[in-house]
Parts: sequence; C-alpha cells; structure tokens
Amino acid sequence: MQTKNNRPLSPHLTIYRPQITSVLSISHRISGVLLALAAVLLVWWLSALAVGPDYFATVQVALGSGLGRIVLFFMTLAVFYHLCNGIRHLVWDTVHGFELEAIRRGGQIVVAAAVALTVVVWLIAYLGRG
Amino acid sequence: MSGFETPVARARGLGSAKRGYRHWWAQRVTAVALVPLVLWLGFGLALHGAADFETARAWVSGPVTAVLWIVALVVAFYHAALGLQVVIEDYVGGDGMKVAAILLAQAFCVLLAVGGIVAVLRIALGG
Repeated sequence: MQTKNNRPLSPHLTIYRPQITSVLSISHRISGVLLALAAVLLVWWLSALAVGPDYFATVQVALGSGLGRIVLFFMTLAVFYHLCNGIRHLVWDTVHGFELEAIRRGGQIVVAAAVALTVVVWLIAYLGRG
Repeated sequence: MSGFETPVARARGLGSAKRGYRHWWAQRVTAVALVPLVLWLGFGLALHGAADFETARAWVSGPVTAVLWIVALVVAFYHAALGLQVVIEDYVGGDGMKVAAILLAQAFCVLLAVGGIVAVLRIALGG
C-alpha cells in the first residue's frame, strides 16, 4: 500500500496560535490519560493499607516526600480540571453553551473552579494534620 | 434462521458508528456518576489520605466508605478504559496496533480496578 506521496497537506496544529478553546480541549485529554496512569498510586496506597502497617508507612513516606507531594498536587489539579471540564462537556451534550462568548466564559470558569477546588482540598489536607 | 429477525435487528450495529453509541452513552453515564464520587473521594483523601495506618484503615473499612470506594473504583476505571480507547483510536494508526493498544489499556484498567477492590475488601473484612 502506497501511503507516502507528494500531495499537499493542510496546515497542522503547530501553525495555529493557541487559544483557550484548543488548549482546554487537549488539556482534557492529557489530564484524563495522566489520571488513568496516576491511578496506580491510588491502588498502591490502598494495597499498602491492606498489606500492613510497615509497608503502609513506607508508602506514606514516599507519597509524603517532596516529589510525592508535587505529583499528588498536580494530580489533584488534573482531577478537578477533568471533573469541571467534564461537566462543561455534559452541558455541551445538551446543545447549550456553544456561542463563542459562552465557550470562552465557560473555559475561564472551569479553570478557576479547578484551581479553587485544588487549593481547598490541599488546605483541608494541611489543616487536618494540625 | 435470520428470517425470524426484523430488518432493524439485522441492521443494528452495522452502521459506521458500530457500537459507538453505547460507548458514548456509557462514557456520559459514568461521567455523571463520577461527579459526586470524585468529589467525595477527593475530600475524603484530603482528610484521611495522610493519616496513620489505624486511622486510614478505620476510614476505608467504614460500611458506607467501603461501598463507595468500590463503586468509585468500578466506575472510574470503566470511565478510564472508555476514555483511553477514544484517545487511542484517534492517535494510534494501523488496525493491529490500535486493537493491541486498546486491549492493553483495558487490561491495565481491569487489573487496577480488581486490585483496588480486593484491597478494599481485605481492609473492610479484616483479611
């Protein structure tokens, strides 16, 4: 099968200036894939809790380390971004919110809500530990 | 034998979408279910995720918590498998590679889901 030829290609993604619509769209996919991968950490934590106190302590030290906290922080952001933008997708499924202004505004609300939820969850996590 | 089928029964699933509608619908149903589940899990882990062994175990093994954990794992990994499939279908070329990647993603999700469920059951039932 001949797939390589000299036919002209339309300009691809890199030719366009990033816009809130395109950036948030690809972010939804990227955050979704990352969350699926990061779910390994969640199951690791659960399994350690099932195995016993010694192994659980090891996992808690790893997840509570500097790197662990950075990863968990960005995972929290990814969770809440994917959640809020997912709700935006569900709204679109009802054929609402497709006007340019609504799309731009919705995107801003989603980013703001995701950041706010992430901050609140981490405040709770830190305050809860005293 | 096929003479007993109605025309619509024979045509169903043969369009270009194949089983796409069911996939699309399942993705939405799981998404709606995950809104409360993820909020509950996110705030629950914020409160109990960094706790010591006994406290964390007491939380997960609660009668309501254990059930919600298992439901969240099932729905989340089902949703993840559906989503990964869409991404793979869009970016992986070649039918062989595509099917292999989708099966791999599904195996990954099933293993993690079952692993998580077994862990919750062991914690809740004191195994």
